[in-house]
Amino acid sequence: MLTSGLVLGLSISKFNGGDALFQLIMFVILLFLLKKYAFGPLMGIMTQREEHVASEINAAEASRLEASKYLEEQRELLKQSRVEASKLIENAKQQGEAQREDIIIQARTEAERLKESAKREIVQEREKAIVALREQVASLSVLIASKVIEKELSEADQEKLINHYIQEAGEER
Amino acid sequence: MNHGSPTADLFGLTFNLSNVLMITVASVIVFIIATLGSRKLAMKPTGMQNFMEWVMDFIKNMINSSMDWKTGGRFQLLGMTLIMYLFVSNMLGLPFAITYDHELWWKSPTADPVVTLTLAVLVLSLAHYYGIQMKGFKGYLKAYKNPMTLIEEFSNTLTLGLRLYGNIFAGEVLLGLLAGTLAMSSIWGALGAIIPTLVWQGYSIFVGAIQSFIFVTLTMVYLSHKVSSDH
Repeated sequence: MLTSGLVLGLSISKFNGGDALFQLIMFVILLFLLKKYAFGPLMGIMTQREEHVASEINAAEASRLEASKYLEEQRELLKQSRVEASKLIENAKQQGEAQREDIIIQARTEAERLKESAKREIVQEREKAIVALREQVASLSVLIASKVIEKELSEADQEKLINHYIQEAGEER
Repeated sequence: MNHGSPTADLFGLTFNLSNVLMITVASVIVFIIATLGSRKLAMKPTGMQNFMEWVMDFIKNMINSSMDWKTGGRFQLLGMTLIMYLFVSNMLGLPFAITYDHELWWKSPTADPVVTLTLAVLVLSLAHYYGIQMKGFKGYLKAYKNPMTLIEEFSNTLTLGLRLYGNIFAGEVLLGLLAGTLAMSSIWGALGAIIPTLVWQGYSIFVGAIQSFIFVTLTMVYLSHKVSSDH
């Protein structure tokens, strides 16, 4: 009795159709309840997360590409601006050189001109001075002569002297 | 040890009331665990949600090992429900057995062949249903060119149900013998029963987990036999 009970099971003597039906119904109910309240939302959030991760990866990839593009662009710009800067410096140097030449030439001509005018002035002044000196000398000598002559010159000698001077002056001219 | 079962007749069907009770208890426990696990769902999972997602991935791997995810994805819910229900059922009979008026009330619902065979028939019926739905009636019938397949259908159903029943029932019988008969015999018997009972309970937990795993794996294999075209 005990062994047959152990081997065959306790409830095998009579088929429990009700149990089968109950188990079936309960399992189906459990399946639907779990789908509605537990696994459905859980699966939803898992797919949502999968999508989220995928989209995040895509976004990261896109921003990485964009970043490298920008980097390339910046590098290009930097190179370009470097070239431009060196060109500018070159230009400025050339311009400075030209300007220097210009200034030097200008200064030289200016100096030349100044020297020229100064020379001319000097000559003029000398002429003037000579003329003035001559006049002075003439008048002085006349004065001296007149003083000397007043003392011992007769009318005739005076005439003679004047004529001599006039002659002399005429020769000089 | 030789307890009777509380039975009742209704609509011409016999109900084993202890099975009805234990099926309900197991279902309620599964529902509570699953609902607790999927409360407060978040993108960054915490606590119970992690556990539920682990079970989810576990089932997903089981399905993936027998068929491709495109056809198998629809069975994930079935697998989840089955493995949780079976595991809880297998565990229910371990901590104690309650008899009232010489009738066994508290036990594993899976320690009854009617319950396990019901589940097996349900699974195989689903397999046939999906086989017809996904491959068409002609494609479905192609599998029966070899008449041995017909025998296989019956043996599959029987073995699927009875394997689970046998393992769980044997575990409970031995537990009943150790804790019920040996421990009640004398003081020495009680002392001597402690260690084997502990060992056997631990082993039964292992067996219960393994059996629920095997049941679901075989479910997926049978389903894939019916729905995949390469078999």
